[in-house]
Amino acid sequence: MTASVEKEKLLTPEIEAFIEKWQDKPGNLIMVLHRVQEEFGYIPRQAAFDVAAALDIPVAKIYGVITFYHFFKLSKPGRNQIAVCMGTACYLKGGQDLIDECERRLGVGLNTVTEDGEFSVEAVRCIGCCGLAPVLTVNGEVFGDVGTKQMDAIIDQFEGK
Amino acid sequence: MAYKNYILVCAGTACESSKGIALYKELEKELAAQGVDAEAQLVKTGCFGFCEQGPIVKILPDESFYVKVGPEHAKEIVSEHIVKGRKVEALLYDKEQQDQKADEIDFYQKQQRIVLRNCGVINPEYIDEYIARDGYAALEKVLFEMTPDKVIEELKDSGLRGRGGAGFPTGLKWSFTKNTDSEQKYIVCNADEGDPGAYMDRSTAEGDPHSILEAMAIAGHTVGANQGYIYIRAEYPLAIERLNNAIDQAREYGLLGDNILGTDFSFDIELRLGAGAFVCGEETALLASIEGKRGMPIPRPPFPAVKGLWGKPTVTNNVETYANIPMIILKGSAWFSSIGTASTKGTKVFALTGKINNSGLIEVPMGTTLREIIYDIGGGISGGKKFKAAQTGGPSGGVLTEEFLDTPIDYESLQSIGSMMGSGGMIVMDEDDCMIDVTKFYLEFSVDESCGKCAPCRIGSRTCYNILDKFSKGQGTMEDIDSLKELAQAMRKASLCGLGQCTPNPIMSTLNYFEDEYMAHIKDKCCPAGKCKDLLAYTVVEDKCIGCTACARVCPVNCISGEVKGVHLIDQDQCIKCGQCFDKCKFDAILKG
Repeated sequence: MTASVEKEKLLTPEIEAFIEKWQDKPGNLIMVLHRVQEEFGYIPRQAAFDVAAALDIPVAKIYGVITFYHFFKLSKPGRNQIAVCMGTACYLKGGQDLIDECERRLGVGLNTVTEDGEFSVEAVRCIGCCGLAPVLTVNGEVFGDVGTKQMDAIIDQFEGK
Repeated sequence: MAYKNYILVCAGTACESSKGIALYKELEKELAAQGVDAEAQLVKTGCFGFCEQGPIVKILPDESFYVKVGPEHAKEIVSEHIVKGRKVEALLYDKEQQDQKADEIDFYQKQQRIVLRNCGVINPEYIDEYIARDGYAALEKVLFEMTPDKVIEELKDSGLRGRGGAGFPTGLKWSFTKNTDSEQKYIVCNADEGDPGAYMDRSTAEGDPHSILEAMAIAGHTVGANQGYIYIRAEYPLAIERLNNAIDQAREYGLLGDNILGTDFSFDIELRLGAGAFVCGEETALLASIEGKRGMPIPRPPFPAVKGLWGKPTVTNNVETYANIPMIILKGSAWFSSIGTASTKGTKVFALTGKINNSGLIEVPMGTTLREIIYDIGGGISGGKKFKAAQTGGPSGGVLTEEFLDTPIDYESLQSIGSMMGSGGMIVMDEDDCMIDVTKFYLEFSVDESCGKCAPCRIGSRTCYNILDKFSKGQGTMEDIDSLKELAQAMRKASLCGLGQCTPNPIMSTLNYFEDEYMAHIKDKCCPAGKCKDLLAYTVVEDKCIGCTACARVCPVNCISGEVKGVHLIDQDQCIKCGQCFDKCKFDAILKG
């Protein structure tokens, strides 16, 4: 008989403490998943299993929730995350052109990571800086009034750093 | 005043992203360096609304309004304005009028700030500043001077209607929850602002978080609830931080928690984060999400006011609705109902964006016309272009065309012309915007955001999108128009929730007012606005081209060939229709169409 190999737990003590705090609060799952994604940048498969065990709910339910909400990611994003705003104001002022330009420069489409793991590009819904449209963020830092010509400089600023 | 001057620096998301933080730090440093930190107090405030001109600095008491201020201007502001008492002319909004006060600026003149009363005035991180502006006085009045029935009567008399979009009378909603017997009831604040192009709730939460907490506590006391939840988008980190901070401070002051102000009323508030699902703005879906489930709507009735969160009676209101309530309690329903139109009282906050000179957050009395908003407040269309339409209600709304510029805006008037109030996004479009393209954009959004529970929404929105996609590629037929209309009918009648029912709105509205544009795409296979790339070609006008090579140099795919001083040629197979050559040519030698 082979003993089942227990996979190493992925959750850090901090996350475990967080789960402990939220354990008895109803509707805690989404808050816990937010905490996990904050740590890893996405929800690793093992982490989903760990959360299932900790909260005593089926893994299927956890995946049901993760896949329903756009915010939760199932794969690891690039080291630098470019998010191009596709709210209405940004769209009208050329948001799509910025996405096309990213694709041309980085060679990857939306929601994919470059081969070297440096960048990933995603389109996001309104980040509420409509006055600065079109807007994109890199690792949360906002760049407003961006033209396709500035893309190279913005990407250079983060590449390899 | 303890200080001679007060320097207010905007710390809203838009200004922060334009180096507002660095500016604040630099001002702080300069005040100390120039030895005037005891004379001027630096205050981090919420959004001034005039985002187009950010970062904004306002100096009291003379109300100087400095725009587009960078960290590099900090030294001059301190040395000139604070030390010498002279205005920094170069940074003033109107350089001609040195003594112009902030509220005399055209952008603010027609505005009336009730919801945004504290935004750009107080530091949202300190509860004392809120209290100094009559904060929590309404809660006190409700606890000690008013019965719950009186509060509901006051709200009903005020005519306040839900600002989330549907416009349901708030007083009536509260009375349903109050009159339902239950040990446990909940108060929920919907801050899941999903409409792409609307950010008033975020600015309110960032600039005046306590007004939301106070109103929720008032709601709790009125209907008999002791727990509140604020459901807010995870994409709004600053608002989350400010709300959490405000909750902590309110607890510390005994304004939240057990036995509020010494009474037997206890009420607490927790945040719950959304995770990027537009459908969660629908109240039953929102409650499902707070419960930690997939945010899918359920049929109503029963309405959440009677059977909501965990099956208990729940009051659900939007941020903007709550922010009105303390003022109504303090100033009375007669005051509030004197503002607005016959059917819609009070003010509305709009996020005015798109092709407009002064984009930003504005608050105007209901009944203000589109013309006043776009031309008087918004300063007209940018680049001197022609106004085409304003879109309200986001993916669930429609367009307002030129003929409606003088229609007073309220819930009913917008609905009668095929749009809706929605949460308050107002996107201005000019002659360069293609209505098919915009409608396709909204449909793509709705396809993405449909939760998939009911077929009319899930399949209907996808089918509508595919038809619009055909139009944008010049492959549409007249039969497609009939199919669109039929689909719209079915979706409106059979969808489970507002998302599906309203998805056809942008289509029907544009079809109604811009039929000729649809026809141009279907019959002439052309896009009059020049936006639909598949219907577009760039060609060189031979007798205008002087061979300057500017177009060839700017072309990102190198598809333009030609000798210096010779006529150039665009390779149509390679052209990606980016339009850069068109923008670059100084001789009108490139034809778009």
